[in-house]
Amino acid sequence: MREQYTFIKMDQLVLGYSPTENNILFKNINLCLKGGQLVCFMGSNGIGKSTLIRTLAGLQKPVSGKISYPEKEPGVEIEKWVSLVLTERITVSNMTVYELVSFGRYPYLFWDLKLSAEDKKIIGEAIISTGIGSIINKKVDELSDGQMQLALIARALAQNTPVLLLDEPTAHLDLNNRVEIMRLLRNVARTMNKAILVATHELDLALQTADVLWLASSQKSIEVGIPEDLVLNGTLHKIFDLKGFDLKTGKINHEPFRKTEINLIGNGDELIWTKNALDREGYSIDKNASTTVELIHNEKKMGWLITTPIFTKQANSIQELLDKLSTSIELS
Amino acid sequence: MRKSTSNSLLILGLFLVLLFLLNISTGSVNISISEIIASLLGYSKDSIGSQIVWDFRLPKAATCILAGAGLGAGGLMMQTFFRNPLAGPDVLGLSSGASLMVAITILAQSALPFWASGINQWAVAIASSGGASLVFFIVIAAAQKLKDNSSLLIIGMMVAAFASSLVSVMQFLSKAEDLQAFMIWTLGSAGATSWREIQIMTVIVFIGLAISSICVKALNSWFMGEQYSKSIGVNIKRARFWIVFSTCLMVGSITAFCGPIAFVGLAVPHLVKLLIPTNNHKILLPAVSLGGSILLLACDTLAQLPGSTQILPLNAVTSFIGAPVLIWVVLRNKRKFLNSR
Repeated sequence: MREQYTFIKMDQLVLGYSPTENNILFKNINLCLKGGQLVCFMGSNGIGKSTLIRTLAGLQKPVSGKISYPEKEPGVEIEKWVSLVLTERITVSNMTVYELVSFGRYPYLFWDLKLSAEDKKIIGEAIISTGIGSIINKKVDELSDGQMQLALIARALAQNTPVLLLDEPTAHLDLNNRVEIMRLLRNVARTMNKAILVATHELDLALQTADVLWLASSQKSIEVGIPEDLVLNGTLHKIFDLKGFDLKTGKINHEPFRKTEINLIGNGDELIWTKNALDREGYSIDKNASTTVELIHNEKKMGWLITTPIFTKQANSIQELLDKLSTSIELS
Repeated sequence: MRKSTSNSLLILGLFLVLLFLLNISTGSVNISISEIIASLLGYSKDSIGSQIVWDFRLPKAATCILAGAGLGAGGLMMQTFFRNPLAGPDVLGLSSGASLMVAITILAQSALPFWASGINQWAVAIASSGGASLVFFIVIAAAQKLKDNSSLLIIGMMVAAFASSLVSVMQFLSKAEDLQAFMIWTLGSAGATSWREIQIMTVIVFIGLAISSICVKALNSWFMGEQYSKSIGVNIKRARFWIVFSTCLMVGSITAFCGPIAFVGLAVPHLVKLLIPTNNHKILLPAVSLGGSILLLACDTLAQLPGSTQILPLNAVTSFIGAPVLIWVVLRNKRKFLNSR
């Protein structure tokens, strides 16, 4: 197994606005962030995710306890160890994406702000790994939300720190952009051996991308484990108080509200999507059912063959399949 | 991009030289260009024209250049600092603070006889800087508490209103000749400075600009907010102090020697950003300094009403140019705001 360096270590950390019990957010946290790991930090709004991120970045003092950076040589400034992507909305006119990314080099620059060849190389690498090469000359105030997040991540990468902390980087983004960002972070953690902490609400994405989950519980503690364990032992279910989301399949539960049972025969992606549609429409799937739906793969076309004791029909799309099923049920 | 930026700076520099020459060649006395050049080069030392150029026009032009540079840079720093395009020393009550202290110095001399011995240009200058500093530290203390731009502006304006009310009470109670001296000070003038004062102003403006250029890193990252700036190693507390200090130093001393010159600090950063669209203060600071000098030289040239013996007060001219610019900026921002929705 690959050696994992501990980049941030928390000892008996207590966070909050003041030491009184009501203002404490987290108590006695003993966790660490390791190189190469993507950690997703989940919990409801206002539970203190942002506070923990700010504290780990040294922007805020903990109530008590200690944060150490075991691999950091003494004298190396925190801004060369931890970089951030925050939720603060950035509004600036007259600035290009390249300029924004180059802010990542500020900890290394003198007051004259002259970028060395090395600085430019690192900025270039950050731009390449986030895939924003085509927009570097675009103005920051013309970016879409997804592009803005990528630019901010590129800025953090240009800071070239072992630790990267992101506060809700996928908020306000559509599914495609959310997946893109989580995959990017996943790759960055692995290839650059960085420790990445992502505070997020996206349970499904976190389950599929995180190496480790931190779950902020209402008891002011943080539960830790790999996603699969937390799913199977029910911790996730308990903490999130899930309502109809089946963690084990990653899908929303549907009650079979129709009486009809269907024997579904077939394979591949089409089977999964046909099953989804039947689930949503309230059919239950049963091998011994008298009604069968069979997927037919022709040369170019897909088809669905419906067989009941009374008739046989063919459908060319799932919509047609559902229509024919429901009309035939009404008839019988 | 880099090339066009340095070109723009070059154009600004050329403009400055041109306006400098235009400024010193106009005035109530007609002096031919050849005579001006001759006296500048020191060929006709004894002529009246040479005296006028060396004792009146050159000091005035130099004052315009220094004051314009300082006010432009101060205005830019304040707009960045408060992340507010309409911020400026006037809005925050710096000038009102200066006015109050100058009013006390000039107007109270009849009320307090023992005070009168010290009244001269220097007393006015010191009072003005002190007043401006006082107001600024009030505003800054509020800034650290509030972290909300609009409430801070309200505080600045209220401090200004408070100072103005005290000034008006003093005006009401003072003698006519003191009142006139004070009124003339408030109208702003670049023509009342001696070479000795220009030396002092040069030193102060250069110190101010030097401090501001050390703050470039902080000023550039200011738009990202405190958390981000800290996370890239900007010492916010120290930057806050130095930005305020240098603005205060420059604006306070300029107000001391030239009176409260309105609008230059407000309008110039916007005009310069139109010419050079960037947020990089490493470029913006020298550009607004040049721009401020140019605008003030231009205003002063207009204030002399070329071809006549009349002189308009400087503030009338700067506001005459500044106010329409400001209205235009607001309209432009509104359009931008609506577009981004």
